[in-house]
Amino acid sequence: MNLLQTIEAENIAKLKAARGVPEFRAGDTLRVGVKVKEGERTRVQQFEGVCIARSNKGMGSSFTVRKISFGEGVERVFPLYSPIIETIEVVRRGAVRRAKLYYLRGRSGKSARIAERRDARPVAEKAEA
Amino acid sequence: MRTGVIARKVGMTRLFREDGVHVPVTVLALETNQVVAQKTADRDGYVAIQLGAGSAKAKNLTKPERGHFAKAEVEPKAVLAEFPVAEDALVEVGATISADHFLVGQLVDVTGATQGKGFAGAMKRWGFGGLRATHGVSVSHRSHGSTGNRQDPGKVFKNKKMAGHMGDKNRTQQNLEIVQTDVERDLLFVRGSVPGSKGGWLLIRDSVKVSRPADAPYPASVKTAGAPAETPAQEAPAVEATVEEQA
Repeated sequence: MNLLQTIEAENIAKLKAARGVPEFRAGDTLRVGVKVKEGERTRVQQFEGVCIARSNKGMGSSFTVRKISFGEGVERVFPLYSPIIETIEVVRRGAVRRAKLYYLRGRSGKSARIAERRDARPVAEKAEA
Repeated sequence: MRTGVIARKVGMTRLFREDGVHVPVTVLALETNQVVAQKTADRDGYVAIQLGAGSAKAKNLTKPERGHFAKAEVEPKAVLAEFPVAEDALVEVGATISADHFLVGQLVDVTGATQGKGFAGAMKRWGFGGLRATHGVSVSHRSHGSTGNRQDPGKVFKNKKMAGHMGDKNRTQQNLEIVQTDVERDLLFVRGSVPGSKGGWLLIRDSVKVSRPADAPYPASVKTAGAPAETPAQEAPAVEATVEEQA
């Protein structure tokens, strides 16, 4: 591991100790608690949708969540290690065969459904790494 | 005027502030900055500190270089650089400058050689538009076109923008903010980008445009052998400039 990776690993470890990052992948339905600042006070806003992409780049890692809001597709890219994210909760795990689910953008309704993933092996609540 | 430091560019990463604003930073490693020589007004006609950083194998040095390092009683250094200083800002030979020489929030100037681009055409080097894709243009779609007039000047003027070597020039990036310092590992975290490739050597000085903070160590923050670092890993949530919020 070079120096830069060491520094990033330390920063990530610090953040994981504070919040924790659950194991999730593209196709999973996530509920992301985002801190929103309104004037003086901050509150947590939930953003729930399908994770359609993950990008793993150390501190620059991010994931994209897509939801349909009032008939309009809404996508939001979250930096995985940003302190504005209060929680990440996996609501449902999906079985998909792609790492990036950009094809969902062109679909709606029945064809945009994702089957639930069931592991043959019994895995207790995925550990908060 | 106090001394600067020599640092090696490690690479770029990002830090997050408490409020979620992300700060792009370049990590710079000091790699044992030691004073190798002093230049004094009496002997040399000017006042400066010669710093050395990195390490070199003794077998790869010339005899005069070996003698120079032996005189200062320091390990052979990969790079040497002089920093002009005020009379009272001289640091004794052999002293090691530590990363808390710069304060968090302070602005610095970073000098280094930019990335070399080799022999580049006029489009890449000067942003020329090139020639048309069709309408009878043949072979010269990326050429620079005309370089002047006709018989009247009868020559191409000097400094005409043409193809040539691009990059690998010494450039100074001014007013970069120190976001964080790490005394234990001798690291500086500078906001934004700096010239050159990873692994390249850079000179870091107090900003010329913004005076250094009054509580900055003067003449220099010198590492004392054996003593533990006083302020390990100064954390800096106080980044003033506003960056657009991620997401």
